[in-house]
Amino acid sequence: MKARIALSVNDQPHELLVPVHKTLLEVLREDLGLTGTKHGCELGECGTCTVLVDGEPVLSCLALPVELEGRRITTVEGLAEGGRLHPLQQAFAELGAAQCGYCTPGVLLTAQALLAAEALPPRDRIREALAGNLCRCTGYTKILDAVELAALRLSRGARAGAGR
Amino acid sequence: MTGETRYADDLVLPRMAHAKLLRSSHAHARIRGIDTTRARALPGVLAVITGADLPRVRFGILPVSQDEEALCTEKVRMVGDAVAAVAAVDEETAEQACRLIDVAWEPLPALMSIEESLAHPEVRIHEYGDGPNVHKSVALQFGDVEAAFARADLVREDTFYYEGSTHLPLEQHAAVAHWGPDGKLTLWSSTQTPHYVHRLLAKILDVPAAHVRVVAAPVGGGFGGKLDPFAHEIAACHLSRLTGRPVKIALTREEVFYVHRGRHPVLMWLKTGFTRQGDITGCHIKTWLDGGAYGSYGVASTFYTGVINPVSYKMPVYKFEGARIFTNKPPCGPKRGHGTPQPRFALEVQLDRAAEQLGLDPAAMRRRIVTEPFTKTANHLTVTTTGLAECIDRVVEASGWRTKWRGWRAGEAPSEKKRGVGLACSAYMTGAGTAIYWNAMPHSGVVLRADRSGAVALLCGATDIGQGSDSILASFAAEVLGIALKDVHVHPADTTLTPVDLGSYSSRVTLMCGMATIQAAERLRGAIFEAVAKKLEVAPGALVARGGRVGVPEDWDTAVPFAQAVELGEAMHGVLAFPGSYAPPRRAGKYKGGGVGPSPCYSYTASVVDLSVDEETGEIELHDVWIAHDVGRALNPLLVEGQVEGSVYMGIGEALMEEQVFRKGLHKTPSMLDYKSPTTLETPDIHTILVETDDPEGPFGAKEAGQGPLLPIMPAIANAVYHAVGVRIDEVPITPDKILRALEARRRGKPARVGPEKLPLFAFKEPVVVESAFGQPADAVVVRPFQAERLA
Repeated sequence: MKARIALSVNDQPHELLVPVHKTLLEVLREDLGLTGTKHGCELGECGTCTVLVDGEPVLSCLALPVELEGRRITTVEGLAEGGRLHPLQQAFAELGAAQCGYCTPGVLLTAQALLAAEALPPRDRIREALAGNLCRCTGYTKILDAVELAALRLSRGARAGAGR
Repeated sequence: MTGETRYADDLVLPRMAHAKLLRSSHAHARIRGIDTTRARALPGVLAVITGADLPRVRFGILPVSQDEEALCTEKVRMVGDAVAAVAAVDEETAEQACRLIDVAWEPLPALMSIEESLAHPEVRIHEYGDGPNVHKSVALQFGDVEAAFARADLVREDTFYYEGSTHLPLEQHAAVAHWGPDGKLTLWSSTQTPHYVHRLLAKILDVPAAHVRVVAAPVGGGFGGKLDPFAHEIAACHLSRLTGRPVKIALTREEVFYVHRGRHPVLMWLKTGFTRQGDITGCHIKTWLDGGAYGSYGVASTFYTGVINPVSYKMPVYKFEGARIFTNKPPCGPKRGHGTPQPRFALEVQLDRAAEQLGLDPAAMRRRIVTEPFTKTANHLTVTTTGLAECIDRVVEASGWRTKWRGWRAGEAPSEKKRGVGLACSAYMTGAGTAIYWNAMPHSGVVLRADRSGAVALLCGATDIGQGSDSILASFAAEVLGIALKDVHVHPADTTLTPVDLGSYSSRVTLMCGMATIQAAERLRGAIFEAVAKKLEVAPGALVARGGRVGVPEDWDTAVPFAQAVELGEAMHGVLAFPGSYAPPRRAGKYKGGGVGPSPCYSYTASVVDLSVDEETGEIELHDVWIAHDVGRALNPLLVEGQVEGSVYMGIGEALMEEQVFRKGLHKTPSMLDYKSPTTLETPDIHTILVETDDPEGPFGAKEAGQGPLLPIMPAIANAVYHAVGVRIDEVPITPDKILRALEARRRGKPARVGPEKLPLFAFKEPVVVESAFGQPADAVVVRPFQAERLA
């Protein structure tokens, strides 16, 4: 059975006709060509397929698009603005927080949600927030460093913006 | 980072079909028949194949172990063996069709452990090998070990077990095959070894190698798990040949647990003699590897459980006996550290025990016995530079070892949970000295082509698996040519375009591809200098290339921009394209088996782990890991640290939780829900110290960093657990239940230990007896093929 659904992804509206059992991960990758969202386990354990729904991290391999009409979905492709890397992406690149890069989209989006809720989270808070995103390359050290750096830059930027 | 990297499963081609494999649910069974009628009738199915449709060729990554079939024809040897494949219009249809294939099975007894396989010679998993269910048996002896033990003040015999684990890259294997109407095949795959896949596809599919192109897509984590040619790649190619469409196949996570080729479970017995001062008089190790159902890299793995230990410490006399046993489990192969973490665990835990018995500080004891630079080991391996002593000093200093080790031992641990520190060291190869198939050609090749724009194209067969090889190689070319990194364009791992690089394994790419890159860049620079020298009317030797210009330092105003220098060069020489080649120095020991172990140079590592053990629950909490790694020279410290930290992480997983275990023929944990691996919460802060020794064999002095730092982690943790609670866990993973069992044993007055109690009854073959080369100076003259200019 197929359903007609309207999805907002990275602020773009999409009208789709998809089988009702198709996961958000599959629709993003196969129907919308947004292959930046990766699959790692199909069971909601590894965090690789994380996207944001209304700003909250959601495992797209466990989410059904039919239930997400009218919600705002953000994928890694929606992080950079106008060709400029998001401060998290910039910090990840500078500090070597991505190696093979496969888990990185999910990590970035989880971190983005954390920083939106908490401007300068302590390291243990970052650890806790990212506990659902497995990375097999980095040993996490540089990921934690990069989130801290991005948080610092974002909050400085926000302060500077407020002062203007 | 931006989602733009296109991994194999991100590729989409017009008219692309999707494939699935039907895999065995039996651990050992004869195939009586396969009926694909119902599957073929399903709408949307484009082709169904079984092994009967493929050329009857057996293959394997090593020439000595040609024992695999892409789709099994006679019998299956493990749960997960593929027997049929389907191509369909979409993945769901292909999967549905697989369920409609009827296979008549005749189950055979499944042998699920080393002991079972040796106890049942009447059940044969394979018909070849060094005995019933024995894939390979090796025995090497360098000097008289019995005499060495007789000289010793202390002789220790210990047994250890190292459980198998899997690589668990986050990207599952995937491939897209396209057999074009011109009869040429292209395969894009998540592979670490496009060259070997190229060679083997030609053989397996019975097609000229000249018409096969293998492109390694960016790999989403490898760690050794993407080094073999796999059934899914072969099936996708053949299905594309049949359907005339591109065919994609992407493995599920469960399939990756079967495809695997991860860490071998190894049972070990280690006997070492020590003097009162802590010197080693001689060492004898026996290893039994649970190889699983096929050969894979197993012969090499077997040797690696014996040959590398003597590189770190002075062992004047050495004996090694090893055997790899077939079982009905997914085959094991190379995982980060390939065959060496297991014997390293045994050695480093035994050293800790010996130090205690001798009343020595385990750090000081190791410091005393490190190998001398530019000498040979008992088994004829050449140590070039070694920074192991400095590595030990640096972690001892940084971790506060002396205070913690002595203070906490006296019961002054600062928390209620018992706190402990443990130390261990290791050594690892920077690239294997011999290729998988014997040949006299380069191990790495590079072509550099300068463009009139001033850009330089770097064509090399190396595969970036996340270790950053593309950027390292680009930086070498940029350094030699004095141009910006951004002006170098790397085109990796495409067998029709790039010279052969053997693959991203055994920590070889930075050194071997790096040396080839430097050679190509120097040749290109030489040609450019010749042309610029003519224009400026100076000697070529007076020129330098830097900051994007070529000129004489004293007269820099006349320096020529690099793009113009290329034009001058092209006007003089024609197209500017230069090759670089590298093969390791020929230093293999002159005895049978001497080809495994030699490497241009070895990296060294020392680590201290600080942890707590809860005596109520048996839980271990890691606080800090200090790790010092001799990387020769840290050319890109950020990348090196990343490799070290990633290795530590993977070591922590193996030490504390990761295990590939089976029950009644079935994998117990073939999913990420059940197979436990460390998250941010179990991974402590890692303090990395880089030690530099500037090795003459490495590019700009560099050695490997991607594997060696994993090795000391498991024994350092085991030693710290003993330091904390006084129990010896002589096997990994060190889980809470084992700690509780050991504590309980102690309460009952039994030895406070969990580990293997008995060894298999197994007669190793007569050893190859060779004189020990221990302490001999490194050869004065070294043959480095293709690098004659470097010697001049």
